[in-house]
Parts: sequence; structure tokens; C-alpha cells
Amino acid sequence: MTEFLDPSPSHTDMVQLLNPEGERVSHPDFEFSPDRPEDEAVRGFYRDMVLTRRLDVEATALQRHGELGLWAQLLGQEAAQIGAARALAPQDFVFPTYREHGVAWCRDVDPMQLLGLFRGTDQGGWDPAEHNFGLYTIVIGAQTLHATGYAMGVQMDGLVGTGDPTRDTAVVAHFGDGASSQGDVNEAMVFAASYNAPVVFFCQNNQWAISEPVEQMVKVPLYKRAQGFGFPGIRVDGNDVLATYEVMKSALKRAREGGGPTMIEAYTYRMGAHTTTDDPTRYRVSDEVEAWKLKDPIARVEAYLRRGGGASTSFFAKVEAEAEELGERLRAGIHALPEPDPVRLFDNVYTELPDELREQRDGYAAYLSSFEHEVASR
Amino acid sequence: MTKMTLAKALNAGLRRAMEDDDKVVLMGEDIGRLGGVFRITDGLQKDFGEARVVDTPLAESGIVGTAVGLALRGYRPVVEIQFDGFVYPAYDQIVSQVAKFHYRSGGRVAMPMVIRIPFGGGIGAVEHHSESPEAQFAHTPGLKVVACSDPVDAYWMIQQAIAHPDPVIFLEPKRLYHSTKAEIDVDGSPGPLFASRVTRPGTDLTMLAYGPTVKTALTAAEAAAGEGKSVEVIDLRTLSPLDMAPVYESVRRTGRAVVVHEAHVNLGLGAELAARITEQCFHSLEAPVLRVGGFDTPYPPARAEEYFLPDLDRVLDAVDRSLAW
Repeated sequence: MTEFLDPSPSHTDMVQLLNPEGERVSHPDFEFSPDRPEDEAVRGFYRDMVLTRRLDVEATALQRHGELGLWAQLLGQEAAQIGAARALAPQDFVFPTYREHGVAWCRDVDPMQLLGLFRGTDQGGWDPAEHNFGLYTIVIGAQTLHATGYAMGVQMDGLVGTGDPTRDTAVVAHFGDGASSQGDVNEAMVFAASYNAPVVFFCQNNQWAISEPVEQMVKVPLYKRAQGFGFPGIRVDGNDVLATYEVMKSALKRAREGGGPTMIEAYTYRMGAHTTTDDPTRYRVSDEVEAWKLKDPIARVEAYLRRGGGASTSFFAKVEAEAEELGERLRAGIHALPEPDPVRLFDNVYTELPDELREQRDGYAAYLSSFEHEVASR
Repeated sequence: MTKMTLAKALNAGLRRAMEDDDKVVLMGEDIGRLGGVFRITDGLQKDFGEARVVDTPLAESGIVGTAVGLALRGYRPVVEIQFDGFVYPAYDQIVSQVAKFHYRSGGRVAMPMVIRIPFGGGIGAVEHHSESPEAQFAHTPGLKVVACSDPVDAYWMIQQAIAHPDPVIFLEPKRLYHSTKAEIDVDGSPGPLFASRVTRPGTDLTMLAYGPTVKTALTAAEAAAGEGKSVEVIDLRTLSPLDMAPVYESVRRTGRAVVVHEAHVNLGLGAELAARITEQCFHSLEAPVLRVGGFDTPYPPARAEEYFLPDLDRVLDAVDRSLAW
């Protein structure tokens, strides 16, 4: 095969600002420049990541104890999510998959509400408009179209390129390497390019779509697909919170200013199972997992802070105590989640209950109450 | 009073809805400069601009999926699916997303959206251009499904559907687009959207139809009258939710019911209608509810569609069978 016809990657550039050893590295295009003193910002990232990991660990344990029907673990993807979320402006809107627990955390969604969904007491207990954070989406990739449409709406509202950074609005479409094969994701990119919509496609390439490795369906580096749609794509070390934050910040800025869509491939690793029903030992070797452990997103930030004196011992103790407290709150709160009322099944199918559904509901209520009568008459 | 075809009435209705609410946005393939392949949106992009009459890429899931995002942002998207057979690529977005958003958000999020689908056959088209997918959508909780059958209804129902807070699948009988004209009193006021209506009173048999078969049913009723049989025709208009009260009232009087639709009979809307009539009017029935519809085959090639579609003779045959029971 001639070089011209060879689609395989000749080289891939990956933006990194903090290496796995916890050392700052420089990049020609990106420099860590947070909106607050550097150490304070890094301490904030560290806290977010530790608490998000604790949420994940607790939820996994709650599933093992039968309190949740399912849990989708984010272990290993904390930097990708916290970096992406902390780059947001308050007015930006995020469309998550079902694994964006770290983004939800940064958008002030109560973790108990995430648990409600996986316990089966509701299907999304938060108000998207209140948090600028959409409902979790289970059908892979469907939300990327919603994000693109929402971004088209932002454009119609005239909130792109006004020059006012407190008003200009960007939209984020989260998805994964598996979803990149979906028609909806590709259609979203066509639409976004067509209308120059202010949307950032943030792909967490965690290397595995349940049991199928990314190489099986992705034959060029994912970020390079963006070029084919007509907008820039970039790969960032998704286990590096500093780099993810900076790359995301620049893509969001570009969107808000009217520069159009960007695709970010956050190169990371799903250290846990796909969900609690999955058994990754059936399809991947432990050497791979061990190798990625050395690139742990939290360990490198801790190493950086400890080595450089960016945080005191008491800081780490305080975050640990906070994590303990969060764990306790989740364990204690799980039973306080209200069980669904059978008669309320019929609520919110429509904005108003149609007559035929009302009859169905009333009939069911009468049926249920007939048992109460039976019990009472015994 | 203005005389309009069904196509023109839809165009006028869309125009008025856009004038009434600047959040109404039309989306679809070729709906801008071309005015849509059936010209339903003729002239609207010229008058309302490219931001409100949006020519989309050719991807139905993309159209409906981005419409979801627009609705979340506070817009009222009105989507045109070019032909009934092209709605299936958007099926997931319609059934899994559009239909369920309000429910799974615990009522916090509304999904006001209209998905317009030209449906049914009889225009001599190639395959995938003559489908009747209404049962697929009526079977999906969270969606409302309506079908217009004449210009007056088309003018009002499209406006009512757009103003409605729930997602509405709006079925347009494409073979009637450019047929008869009707007088429309644009200063008048419409009846409720989700209501069926007796279109022709009768005493011997109740005939239920919607969309393109309303015309067939009325023609059959006229022919039957010539033979001394009095057929009452009800235009269902709303397929989900069904408005059964006028149907029950009618069947309790006539004791007989025939359902006419172009869709396949097996598990079509007629099956649900027959079941409900049987449950509610059992003691009034003189004959089982009969169904006349498309056969349980794929839609045939155009030169065979006359055999597939329920026509005057097959409808009259069902009337005779019911009355002879």
C-alpha cells in the first residue's frame, strides 16, 4: 500500500500538561492558566476528583449490597470529567451520557439524584434547566443530536459571538468511543458543521465499549474524524486534569465566540467494568489495567501537589474526611429515596392526563384498593 | 372565507402559527427554497427567513434529534418528514427520546414538537413513499397522533398541534393535498383537536375512518344510501388518544361498525377500535366489528396499489357483510 492510501496514524499529538509522574510539562499551544491562583485551582481539581471517585466507589458498593439495580462506573475517568466540567461557564449547557458523574458533581447535581436513577426510583430526578445539565441518556449517542439542536437554539437566541463572555453560550455533547460508531453521533457532527453550531463534542475514549476494544471499530485516531466533518479535532491526555481543562476551555471559548464546533478526544481508560453487570476479566488482560494504573489521574495530581508544596498535609486529610462524610451521606440516604407510588405511573406521560389514561389509572387504583378492603375485612 | 386545497390550508396554517409564536421553527429536507416536495412550506422561508424555515441535511434522525435540542432550548420545532417511509431512520429519536422526555424528567421538561408526515398511498409512487405507519406511533405512550382529512381541519389542526405542549405526530393524507378545495373561515374558531366527529349521520351502520379513507368512507356511504342503507361516518381525527365517546354512542344506535384504513389490518388501529367497541358496546352489537384495510403485505408496486388499498367496492362489501350478519 502506498503511503497515500494508508489510513493508519502516522503520528498522534496528545496534549499533556501534567505527566503521570506528576511533573508539569510544556506544550506549544496550551498553557495551564486557571481563573484563580494555580495551586488553589489544582487543589480544587484534586478535591473534585477524590469526591467523585468516592461517589463512584460508594455507588458500586451500594449496587453490590443490592441497593442499586445497576451502576456505571467512572473509575479512571475523573480527570477527563472534572477538567471538562470545570472549564464550563455557568451559562453553558451539558448533555451527558450515563457515566458523567463527575460532570454532574461539578454542575451541583445532588449525588443522591444520580443514585435514584440507578436504584430505579425515578429516571432522572434533577431539573436540567436548573443545573444546565441534561438528563442521563442511555441510548448511545442520542444526546449528541440534542446538544447540537440546543446549540442551534443558542445561536437563534443570538447568544454566540456577542463579545460578552457572561452571555455567550457553548454546549457540550458527551459521548464515548463506542458511541462514535453511531449514526446519531455522525449526524450530529454533520448538523453542527452545517450550522456552525456552538457545540463541543467531548469524547471520552476509555478504550473499551463494554467488551469491544476501540481498535475494532476505530481505524484512524478518533479526533481525526473531526476533520472529515469540517471542524478541528484534538486529542488530550484525559487522565491529565490540567490539560483537559485547558483544551476544553479553548474549545468552549471558540464555540462561544462563533468559531463553531470542536471535537475533543480525551484519551483515558475505564479502569473498572462497563457497569456492575460486566466482567472485564473475560475480555481484557490485567497487564493492561496495571499499566493504566500507573497513569492514574488522581495520583499524579497528588504527587504534584505534595512535591511542589501546593497543598499541606491537612488539606489531604480534610479532603479525605469530606470523602468519608460523602460516603456516609450516600449510605444513609439511599433508603430515604421515595419508593414510586403505583398510581403515579400515569403522571407525566403527557402534560395533562388524557381521559382514556385517566380511566386506566382510576381502574388500577380501584383494583389496588380492593385488596386493602380484603385485608381490612379479614 | 377563502377557498383552499388541503396543501394550501396547511401552508396557511403554518404561516399563521409562525406569526402567532416566534418560537415556531420549521425544519426539514427541501422545505426552504423549494417549499417542500409537496410545496406545503411554499414561500415561508422567503417571508420568515432561513433561521425559522431550516433546510436540513438529509438525515431524519438528525432532524428529529436536533429538534429535541431546540425544544429543550424553548423553541417549538415543526419537523417535516418528506415521505412516510423515511420516518423510520428517526424512529429511535421519536420513540425513545421525543415520546419519553416529559415522563422521565418527572414532568420538568416539556417536548412541544410537531412531526408532520405525509402518509398513505394512491399517488403511484415508488416504494417507501406510500406507507401508513400510524399504529407504530399510536402504540407509543407519550406521543399524540392526529390525522386531518379535509382543508378546514388541516388549517386548524396544524395550528392546534403546534400550540399543544405534547409532541404530536401530524399525519397528512398526501393524495388529498391537491384534490378538492374547501371554504375556510380563517376568522372562525376550531373545535377541540383531540376529538372525533360524525361527518355524515346515519342509522344502520357506523363507519370509522381517518385521513385519506374518510373520503372513501363518505363515497361509500353515499353509494350505500342509493341502496337504502344508512351509513354513519365518523372521522376519528385523533388516533392517540382515541376519542371513543362519539363512536360508542353511534355503535349503540346502529349496532354495527366497519373500520376503514389504508394501514395493514393486522394489529392496525382497527384492531384496537374493534376491541374497545366490543368491550363497551357488546350488548348493542348485531355483528362483529369488521375491518377493511391494506393487506398484510408490504406496500405493492404502484401499478398494483389499487388492489391493496381499500376502495369503494371493498368497503361496500364490508357494509353488506355486516348488514347480512
